[in-house]
Amino acid sequence: MSGATRVKSDRQLQRERLRRTRAVRSGTVATVSTIVFLGAAAAVVTRSPGWPRVQDSFFDPEAFARAWPDVLDGFWTNVQIFLIAEPLILLLGLLVALARNLRAPVFFPLRALAVAYTDVFRGVPTLLVILLVGFGVPALNLQGAPRDEVTLGVIALTLAYGAYVAEVFRAGIDSVHPSQRAAARSLGLSHGKTMRYVVLPQAWRRVVPPLLNDFVSLQKDTALVSTIGVIEALRQAQIYAASKFNYTPYLAAALLFVLLTIPMARFTDYLAARSQRRRGQ
Amino acid sequence: MTRDDTGERRGPVSLLTIEDVWKDYHGTSVLRGIDLSVEAHEVVCLIGASGSGKSTLLRCVNLLETVDDGAIYLDGAEITDVRVDPDDVRRRMGIVFQAFNLFPHMTVLDNITLAPRKVHGTGRARAEEEARDLLARFGLADKAGAYPDRLSGGQQQRVAIIRALATRPRLMLLDEVTSALDPALVTEVLGIIRELKEGGMTMILTTHEMGFCREIADTVCFLDGGVLLERGTPEQIFTDPREPRTRQFLKSVLDARRL
Repeated sequence: MSGATRVKSDRQLQRERLRRTRAVRSGTVATVSTIVFLGAAAAVVTRSPGWPRVQDSFFDPEAFARAWPDVLDGFWTNVQIFLIAEPLILLLGLLVALARNLRAPVFFPLRALAVAYTDVFRGVPTLLVILLVGFGVPALNLQGAPRDEVTLGVIALTLAYGAYVAEVFRAGIDSVHPSQRAAARSLGLSHGKTMRYVVLPQAWRRVVPPLLNDFVSLQKDTALVSTIGVIEALRQAQIYAASKFNYTPYLAAALLFVLLTIPMARFTDYLAARSQRRRGQ
Repeated sequence: MTRDDTGERRGPVSLLTIEDVWKDYHGTSVLRGIDLSVEAHEVVCLIGASGSGKSTLLRCVNLLETVDDGAIYLDGAEITDVRVDPDDVRRRMGIVFQAFNLFPHMTVLDNITLAPRKVHGTGRARAEEEARDLLARFGLADKAGAYPDRLSGGQQQRVAIIRALATRPRLMLLDEVTSALDPALVTEVLGIIRELKEGGMTMILTTHEMGFCREIADTVCFLDGGVLLERGTPEQIFTDPREPRTRQFLKSVLDARRL
């Protein structure tokens, strides 16, 4: 009477049939309601009085095709900025969060610095940080200071986002129950070792979804570096739009950003669902 | 079987009937064809080792788990039918878990009145009055405004039982409600269950407290590896078990107590 080979009763087979029928029915309802909704939305937009003009200036296939290669090329710069800034932000955020958790009196200056940093950079708009760093740092004429716009953009984004990420890390560290810290300290582990082997591994799991959320946001904000002269996707689209008075290139840039953020968003959902399942067990 | 080919049920209707229920987890069956019926006012005690399927059976009755074969009837109507709304079924029974699962952000009174107010549509004034009556009956009158973390484990579990009672269930399911409590607190929780029995509540409970089980149960069922191996009166099960496995289980429990 092993479970794997047991024969299902008629009652169970009928129940499973019924369940399948209901699944198909829900699927059909979902499909139909989606089509009706999209149809209605499209009807509202295309019947609006300004639609013909909007169609001309935003949905021009020719302009799209013309701008696409350069916008795509510019978008590669966005991806590069993102890929370089992301690990730097993680590192900075973690260090700041750890600095805020140092309790020994000697470390007071470090802790104060960390607090000041998060306060300032969370308060200043990202665009302003980019402008200040992008134009301010080169103006100092310091020996060895970077002058390249992409590097400056990466630095600015890292400073701005590091403050957010530090707070995410700190929330994660605080969310680990104090008894875990007590248990580790009672075994003779130092503060650092307690952090490294007991607290951070547990905190890490909890901060991944909010971190990914911040990174989705960072992906879009790479477009802000266009303001200090980096020729990326938005800037390329702007150049095309300005030369022909046609806004379709913006649409091309938007499409690229969406294509990049959607997989990230789904991955975040997947991680959140997975941790939910684990907790449910 | 009390059912003919057309699926019509014959004979007198029990309050709860479990018919050939199977439950699989990851390819192994944790319930292997359980048959059990519970009459109104009957107290059924499920005993057996950890992993024998006691808790799973209770979770199946509460529809927290879907059965993989067989059927469960409440008042003669099948509740394992796909078309049945689980919320409708759960409204008619109360379940209490080992970990009290009180809502930490609500006072005792709010914990108790939540379901009556939001599910059963009772007005706040009446729900609170009834909750206060229940609290007074079980010696917790002064805890109405307290938050769960200010209560002892025994008090929390008593509140959890009252919370389940507040919706006037037809049937109470108690899943190892004393297992997370230290011995000094067990007594007060057992007291509340004793009172429920006196009030005529129909109950299915799983427990490791054999003495209590013997005292309170009308029927004792021994589960082993997902099979209901033996059922009988407490007298019969505890003094003259037929199955060797039952004897072995009771002996091991007794040995543990002697230490």
